[in-house]
Amino acid sequence: MKKTVGRLYLTLVLIFLYAPIATLMVLSFNSSKSRAHWGGFTFEWYLGLISNEEIMDAFRTTLILAFLSAFIATVLGTAACTGMQFMRRRYRSIIMGITNIPMLNADIVTGVSLMLLFIAARVSMGFTTVLLSHITFNIPYVILSVMPRYRELNKSTYEAALDLGAGPVYAFFKVVLPDLMGAVLSGFLMSFTMSLDDFIITHFTQGPGFDTLSTKIYSEVKKGINPEIYALSTIMFLAVLILLFFVNYRPHLDKENVKK
Amino acid sequence: MSNKLIDLQNISKSFGGNLVLDELDLYIRENEFLTLLGPSGCGKTTTLRIIGGFETPDTGSVLFEGKDITNLAPDKREVNTVFQKYALFPHMTIAENIAFGLKIRKKSASYIKDKIRYALKLVNLDGYEKRMPDSLSGGQQQRIAIARAIVNEPKVLLLDEPLGALDLKLRQDMQYELIRLKNELGITFIYVTHDQEEALTMSDTIVVMNQGYIQQIGTPEQVYNEPENAFVADFIGDSNILPGIMIRDELVEILGARFDCVDKGFGENNPVDVVIRPEDIDLVSPGEGTIEGIVTDTIFKGVHYEMCVMSRGFEFIVHSTDYYPENIKVDLKVNPFDIQIMHKPESEDEKAVEIDERLP
Repeated sequence: MKKTVGRLYLTLVLIFLYAPIATLMVLSFNSSKSRAHWGGFTFEWYLGLISNEEIMDAFRTTLILAFLSAFIATVLGTAACTGMQFMRRRYRSIIMGITNIPMLNADIVTGVSLMLLFIAARVSMGFTTVLLSHITFNIPYVILSVMPRYRELNKSTYEAALDLGAGPVYAFFKVVLPDLMGAVLSGFLMSFTMSLDDFIITHFTQGPGFDTLSTKIYSEVKKGINPEIYALSTIMFLAVLILLFFVNYRPHLDKENVKK
Repeated sequence: MSNKLIDLQNISKSFGGNLVLDELDLYIRENEFLTLLGPSGCGKTTTLRIIGGFETPDTGSVLFEGKDITNLAPDKREVNTVFQKYALFPHMTIAENIAFGLKIRKKSASYIKDKIRYALKLVNLDGYEKRMPDSLSGGQQQRIAIARAIVNEPKVLLLDEPLGALDLKLRQDMQYELIRLKNELGITFIYVTHDQEEALTMSDTIVVMNQGYIQQIGTPEQVYNEPENAFVADFIGDSNILPGIMIRDELVEILGARFDCVDKGFGENNPVDVVIRPEDIDLVSPGEGTIEGIVTDTIFKGVHYEMCVMSRGFEFIVHSTDYYPENIKVDLKVNPFDIQIMHKPESEDEKAVEIDERLP
C-alpha cells in the first residue's frame, strides 16, 4: 500500500515536470499549425528548420558560444578552485561567497550592468561581448561543481606525486585533474546548458545582427509562434538530455573499463 | 652507522602564531631506524614534513649528506614518503602507481617492469599489477604505498603513521614486515607514530617529543628503563611517578620510607621525581617489604593482573602474575636498580632536557 502511494506520487511529480516538454514534442510533429487540434504526423517542421538559414545561423552561433564560454569558464573556474585550495579557510569562504553572488543575482541586473560596463569601456556589442558575459556567469557554476570535489580529495595524493619526483604542473595534470575530471565535466556541462538557455543577459549584450537561438525565438514570437520553433526546442532538449545522461554515467563507465 | 645522513639544525616552525617546533636539533644516521614518538600536536609530523620538503622551517636548516636542502622542492629530494592515508592514485592500476616515480626518471620499460615485480614480491603482493587501489584492503594498500616509495631507491624512507589505520593484528604483522624490509633494503627509516609499543618494537633510536621539544633520544631500552623526565616515563608505558627526596647517593626517600637505589649525583636532600614501573614492584606479605599498602582494585589483563595498591595516600599500579584479592594488606618491595631517579623540572614551562644518549 505504502509502495503504491509512493509510486503514484512519483508518477505525478514526473508528469508535472515533463508534461510541458512532452506537449512541445508532440506539437513539433503536428502537421496542423494550430496548437489546439492534431492534424496528423509530420516531419515538415524539422525539414523546414534545416532549410531556414537564419535559424540555422543562430543555432550554429549558440553552439559555438555555448562551447567556447563553457570551455573558457571551466578552465578559469578550475584554476580558481586550485588557487582557493591553497588559501586560508577564512579567505576561501569569503571568495566562495563572492563567486556565489552572480548566481543569485537577478539576470536582468547582471545583463544591464554588463551592458553599461561594455558601453563605458567603449566595446562594440557583438559576439565578443556576449561571449565575455557568458563566461562571467558560467564561472560560478564551474566553481560550485568543482570545489566540493576538491574538498573531498585526498590532499596527500598531490604530495605523494611531488614526493615521487613529479613537478607541480605534472602532478596536477597526472594526479589531481583525473580525480576532479567528473566534477570538471559536469561543471562544463552545467555551463554549456546555462549558456544555451540564457536569454536575458544575451539580450542586453548582443549587438545588431547577432542572434542566439533564444533571442531568435524571442523575435520570431513577436511575429507569431512557428511550429518550427517547437521542433528546434525538441532537438535542443534531446541534445541536453543526451549530454546529461553521458556525464552522469561517465565516471561509472570509466571504472568498469579500467578494471577489465 | 656513524655518518650523519640528515642533520636538522635549530629548526623552528609555527603555524598562524602557534609554535610547533622550537629550536629543534636532531641528526639521523645512515641505516638507522629512527622513530619520532609523541602525542598528537607534538611536532613529529611537522618534523617529517620538513625533511620531506612539504614544509619550510621558519628558522634553521636541513642538511642532507652535508648539503643544505632547506629550500629544495620535494621532487628534488632523495627521500620518499609513505603517507598516513596511503595516498595511492585511485585512477591508476597498482603497476602504474608503482611505476609513477620511475617513469618521471625516464627509466626503460624493461627496467620498470622488473622493478614492479621485485617491489611487489618484496611486499608479498605478487600478481597484483592490474588491480585498482580501491579493490585492495587497507593493509594491502599500505604495502603498495611502501612498494611505490622504495622502487625509487631513496636513501631515506619517511613513514607517517603508516599503520595508524590498520587493526591491531594487522598492525603487529606489518611491524615485523617493516623491520624485515628495512634489513633487506639497508636504507634509513624515519618513522612517525604516537604508538609507544610500535616505537619500542621497531626502532633503533626513539626520539620522544612533546610540544615542539625533544624530550629524550635513546634506544628503546634507554627510553623505557631510564626515562629522562616525568613526561617520557608517563608516555612510554604505565608508570608510577612520585615525588621523592634524594637523601644521598644511592638512597631515596619516598612517602617517608627509604629505598636503596643505584642513581648518583643528585646532591643531598634534594627533591626529585621517582619512576617505578608497575612490573618492577613486588607484592610481599606484611612486614617483608619496604612500605605497606592495601590492594584496592584487581583487574585480570590476560598476561598479568593489574592491581591498584593504596599506600600512604599514593595509589601504585602494580603488574604481577600473582593474584592478590581486593582489600588485602601487602608490603611493597622494589629492587634498587628498578628505581629511576629524575630531575624535577624547576618550573612549569622549563624546557625539556635535550640529551642524545646515542653513542657518537
